[in-house]
Amino acid sequence: MATSSPQTGGTGAWDRLSGLLGRGPGGYAFLSLYLLITSLTLLLNPRTSLLTDVIFILFLLLLLIVYRTRVHIGFKVALGVIALGVVLPYFGTLNPYYIDVATQAGIYVALALGLNVVVGFAGLLDLGYVAFYAVGAYIWSIFSTPQIGAMISGAVPVPNVWFYGFILVGLMIGGAFGVLLGLPVLRLRGDYLAIVTLGFGEVIRVLAENLDKPINITNGAQGIKDIARPPIFFSGALRAIGLRQLDDNQLYQFFFYFMVLVIVLITVMIVGRLKNSRIGRAWTAIREDETAAIAQGIPLVRMKLMAFGVGASFAGTMGVVFAAKQLFINPPTFDLLTSISILSMVILGGLGNIPGVILGAVLVTLLNLQILPRIAEILRSAKSAGVPIPQSFDPTQYQRLLFGLLLILMMIFRPEGILPEDRRRQELHEDEDEPSEESAGATA
Amino acid sequence: MALLEATNITKIFGGLTAVNDVTLTIEQGSIVSVIGPNGAGKTTFFNILTGIYKPDKGDVIFDGKPIGGLRPDQIAALGMRRTFQNIRLFHNMTVLENVLVGMHTHLHAPIWNIIMRSPSLRREEGRARDRSRELLRFVSLDNKRDELAKNLPYGDQRRLEIARALAGDPKLILLDEPTAGMNPNETMDATNLIRRLRDQLGVTVVLIEHDMRLVMTISERISVLDYGTKIAEGDGQVIRSNPRVIEAYLGKGAAGMAGHPPA
Repeated sequence: MATSSPQTGGTGAWDRLSGLLGRGPGGYAFLSLYLLITSLTLLLNPRTSLLTDVIFILFLLLLLIVYRTRVHIGFKVALGVIALGVVLPYFGTLNPYYIDVATQAGIYVALALGLNVVVGFAGLLDLGYVAFYAVGAYIWSIFSTPQIGAMISGAVPVPNVWFYGFILVGLMIGGAFGVLLGLPVLRLRGDYLAIVTLGFGEVIRVLAENLDKPINITNGAQGIKDIARPPIFFSGALRAIGLRQLDDNQLYQFFFYFMVLVIVLITVMIVGRLKNSRIGRAWTAIREDETAAIAQGIPLVRMKLMAFGVGASFAGTMGVVFAAKQLFINPPTFDLLTSISILSMVILGGLGNIPGVILGAVLVTLLNLQILPRIAEILRSAKSAGVPIPQSFDPTQYQRLLFGLLLILMMIFRPEGILPEDRRRQELHEDEDEPSEESAGATA
Repeated sequence: MALLEATNITKIFGGLTAVNDVTLTIEQGSIVSVIGPNGAGKTTFFNILTGIYKPDKGDVIFDGKPIGGLRPDQIAALGMRRTFQNIRLFHNMTVLENVLVGMHTHLHAPIWNIIMRSPSLRREEGRARDRSRELLRFVSLDNKRDELAKNLPYGDQRRLEIARALAGDPKLILLDEPTAGMNPNETMDATNLIRRLRDQLGVTVVLIEHDMRLVMTISERISVLDYGTKIAEGDGQVIRSNPRVIEAYLGKGAAGMAGHPPA
């Protein structure tokens, strides 16, 4: 991957920057100041606007800078905890829109990390990844609503406290579906594999759309509404420390924000550890050269199925959380575009590289939820204010175009992703090195 | 004691009989060469031994077990490892990681232990790293362990492939043209390395090779394939003077000049 010049140039700039920041107390002062300024501007200016969007992005950018700077690991973790655990939630009480964006971003981070196991580590192109997400979401939706009664007459919804158990159920069912998809496609590679997985994703969506008869399992195109939310057992404690009185909806926003954050942290940890284990190395070997991998005694079938299963299990888990957060799901939520979108996060960020994938997921989510709609909005208001923009030009229509354009530019100028996978140094003292990489990745 | 016995192996691709009724016995602790002109079926024969191809006829018994129906990874796990004619390293992995992948069959930590980073996993990984570095020292690559495999010079790549094969503690190692494309100095180093595989590590070695000087100096037994058929077998002296071998290499007219080396 070190063959293209833009990448080497980029890494050089990074090295110079982190070299500058890493010397003496400069880095610590800079990072603290950066956090302080962005936090204060956010908290003092909580209205939803383009300016706030930009500051919000700068605020999140801090985590990337912290990750790349050579400062003490404890300091990195502390900054991460302050930013994601204190400032962002507090900002959320002032403007709930942004904490929702952050939660969405977190969900996509976990999905992208899961897909990265399949595509980035094992090199198996999967275009139907959203199917596993759908399976997780439908599992909780069916079992937590009267829909279960429509499926099995006389059955009643499970108590909403079962949500926590269903997170594990989603994990296992997602994994099982991953293996199920893996079985028929084991002999396929590249393009052929992509087409079959694409078909699988569509099959699941079409099933969700049509399984309302003869037995009503998914309630068809109408989707399932009034999905149960888990009970919040700590609402009292939250209210006690909360500076303002929070209503139920806000509480749930916090609840899901922290829940997603915890799941993302666990996901990062699991994925990072798998990557540096015999399993991760076997996946990479398969990606690099199947024939050589099998000659090392790596059982192809088992390792590929494991990649599909592990990747899908993250999606299944997130599906359960997503359903409970969204309260309503229907088949179009899980269309091909979502699969493609998650794939673009993985590729844009840096195929195979965990911090890169996290960055890609956050970036694409922010682009789609915030920046592009905001630009469209500004253009619209400019139009109505009399700026000569042709009548037929509808800015909202051009959001996707802009996104596509960005992807194309990215692939031309930095095809290996924003943060490409740089093989870590396997030093003698890798035991001291590795936790720092992991937790730094976790905060990014 | 015979470590490997391949009897009456035949492999047919469409109308082409790539390997025709070849029988080969490899004694424990020996260095054996398989030679023959290009397209003689040497690599196909290796692919049959390692399980990449299933033979149409014949049996392979390795270390007392029939391995004819096994998958390549199962055969590798039994202790038969190989290198490839056109080096097949994992290019975007480091040198050390390449060797660690070779150790796959010796690592057994269950996924749960990996996720929890249990002490037994740490011990296993630590041992694997130590052993990998030992092997890298054996092929004099330890100082390059953090480089990506694709950035190594050609000769180093060949040696890394051998280290990776050794990582599985093989009983038998099959080397497919280990000195192809090397200059005389590099070939000499490779010759020493191959000898050390057997003398220091006790690994039985089978090699496909075109460099006749190497073949003659190193091998205790030589088998010659031509058009998929074994035409001669024996030590260097026997092969050198075998008219069929000379014919295979130099054509019919040369067969009369017996006594000269065939290449």
